[in-house]
Amino acid sequence: MSEEQPINTHTIAVLVDNEAGVLARVIGLFSGRGYNIDSLTVAEVNEDEHMSRITIVTTATPQVINQIKAQLQRLVPVHRVVDLTVETDSVERELALVKVAGKGNDRVEALRMSEAFRARVIDATPESFVFEITGNTAKIDAFIGLMVPLGLQEVSRTGVAAIARGPERM
Amino acid sequence: MSEKLTGAQIVLKALKDQGVGHIFGYPGGAVLPIYDEIFQQEDVEHILVRHEQGATHAAEGYARSTGKCGVVLVTSGPGATNAVTGLTDALMDSIPMVCITGQVATHLIGNDAFQEADTVGITRPCTKHNYLVKSVDDLARIIHEAFHVATSGRPGPVVIDIPKDIQFALGKYVKPETVRHKTYQPQIKGDMEAIKQAVDLIAGAKKPLFYTGGGVINSGPKASQLLREFVKLTGFPITSTLMGLGSYPSADAQWLGMLGMHGTYEANLAMHDCDVMINIGARFDDRITGLLEKFAPNSKKIHIDIDPSSINKNVMVDVGIVGDVAHVLEDMLRVYKSRSSEPDKAAMKKWWAEIEGWRARKCLAYTPDKKSIKPQYAVERLYELTKGKDTYITTEVGQHQMWAAQYYRFEDPNRWMTSGGLGTMGYGIPAAVGVQVAHPKSLVIDIAGEASVQMTMQELSTAVQYRLPIKIFILNNEYMGMVRQWQELLHGGRYSSSYSEALPDFVKLAEAYGATGIRAESPDELDDAIKKMIATDGPVIFDCIVTKDENCFPMIPSGAAHNEMLLADDQGLDVEVSDAGKAMV
Repeated sequence: MSEEQPINTHTIAVLVDNEAGVLARVIGLFSGRGYNIDSLTVAEVNEDEHMSRITIVTTATPQVINQIKAQLQRLVPVHRVVDLTVETDSVERELALVKVAGKGNDRVEALRMSEAFRARVIDATPESFVFEITGNTAKIDAFIGLMVPLGLQEVSRTGVAAIARGPERM
Repeated sequence: MSEKLTGAQIVLKALKDQGVGHIFGYPGGAVLPIYDEIFQQEDVEHILVRHEQGATHAAEGYARSTGKCGVVLVTSGPGATNAVTGLTDALMDSIPMVCITGQVATHLIGNDAFQEADTVGITRPCTKHNYLVKSVDDLARIIHEAFHVATSGRPGPVVIDIPKDIQFALGKYVKPETVRHKTYQPQIKGDMEAIKQAVDLIAGAKKPLFYTGGGVINSGPKASQLLREFVKLTGFPITSTLMGLGSYPSADAQWLGMLGMHGTYEANLAMHDCDVMINIGARFDDRITGLLEKFAPNSKKIHIDIDPSSINKNVMVDVGIVGDVAHVLEDMLRVYKSRSSEPDKAAMKKWWAEIEGWRARKCLAYTPDKKSIKPQYAVERLYELTKGKDTYITTEVGQHQMWAAQYYRFEDPNRWMTSGGLGTMGYGIPAAVGVQVAHPKSLVIDIAGEASVQMTMQELSTAVQYRLPIKIFILNNEYMGMVRQWQELLHGGRYSSSYSEALPDFVKLAEAYGATGIRAESPDELDDAIKKMIATDGPVIFDCIVTKDENCFPMIPSGAAHNEMLLADDQGLDVEVSDAGKAMV
């Protein structure tokens, strides 16, 4: 029935009580109902009220996206669910640590590229760098892609953090 | 409150303050302090079951037949894991239940202690919500919250896992009225704009149909009453899901019978051909819709549901109304009356004429037999001999369940207890125990099959212990009948493991438990045997020997549409089912 619907990527912010098992509830909901998780980040954002913010990037048809939001809203410890992709104009950032090993020209080229992408060197040895890069997912993907032939060793990414533009709070 | 109580005392005080009269449970090491408190009071009566699954189904029967919350108490580890089937059943059928599980002492959690299980982890996907109590000072609040979550919004099961040291620890008690949940606030009133849109559709309908479900019953007696008023006022036909039977009286001329896979011809064809569908508290389950691509293709759909995630889940609707059925129907009736527009009389006359044509097929007719008892006949006679009495029906799962739904007639809500969503064999006996505990003077009958009934047969012992005169009416065809029927339809008649070999003698089995056993083997002795069962002052197993190879009709084969039903009198099961259809459950 939903076969002809387009598949889109949405970033969903979920404000939850920071209680034991709340993340398991959210992840269990996604795995149990067969929804995709492209990225997921979570941390406490309001210490006084013990609230955490979960940012989930997911890809699905509009019908399934609406299901995901309704199912999240149904969880008892969930305060709010906002689809940052459709309900607001938002900014998204992700941080990655990228390890590149190599010598000679490759090493010079990696450093040159990192400057073009405004990545920072946070660790260096005579034969390796660890770059810290911040940006949207596409930028980080592009940077990592460029590092592959230059001796890419490993990548650690935070997943997407996102927030609506403007003065209003969630 | 300055006085400190132990955790176990807090549990009992909270249950009492929640108005709990009965709990169904089984003791064990991790709940002994609570059992000790139960022993020392008289407000809450404990019913000892024979298996924790039985406790959960008994609580479901109790809840479904009263509208109250069912309460279960089990120990840690296997106590909790045995409760999982009943919790899942209650989640699927939206039954309010609070299940208290014991847990090993806090300092042992995570150490693989004796009878330790990660109960909140295991029950997370099969409960509406669950709690692990980490401090005795949270205990009273959590119990009150649990009752609120279980009984409000779309009802469901809630687990409270209480470590043993918390049951001994001293803490403060808080009363229910001081507890308010900060995030959980279900929407009760429907959006007026949506209600007006729905009324516009209803007023302009030419081939309308009410399609109602368990949500009407969960909403309470007021909802059934308002539904009846609305249906009468519009003159529209009405059908219902398995879970909604009884919310509209089956004796009424506007009632088309149940719809879905084994629903009536007239209900399913009306569903297929309708132009405005008014779904009230049903969830477009696959047993109802059949093939989604061909589901009611020319209809505008209105959907009233208290759970926003039910709307547009399986079927996209034109008007979705989130709210409690009784509240929404009240507003809808008011708006409908204020418009003072009559339904299109000519169109309605034509629509009813079409429906009468489908009715004339008499889809529930079957070939009677002089020698052997047809299962349909057995249910018909059971209905005729019990109608007008104060009767509650439970079932197991399978062919007998469908025959009960088709041939037993329900006039009122809360009289029909069945495992709809999960389809749990073994539901019927413990559910009957729960119903009988709530209604000690009523006639409670489990319409059963000989296979299902053996899954929880031990609960007959509970019935005997508490003098609960439940009647277990077994349609004994010596097969897992529905499995056999599907094997006949889809697997070339190879009856792999569906024959009930080595059956017990059910009459002797009843006697062994201290109950009464009755057997009927031919149609001419059936009525007297049923009368004897009704007159028996105690639990009865009725072994009704029925035709072995009878199939359940009408049937929409999986992967087919409503207008592609199989009827008993034409092709039988001689049809081709597509590979996609075969893959469906």
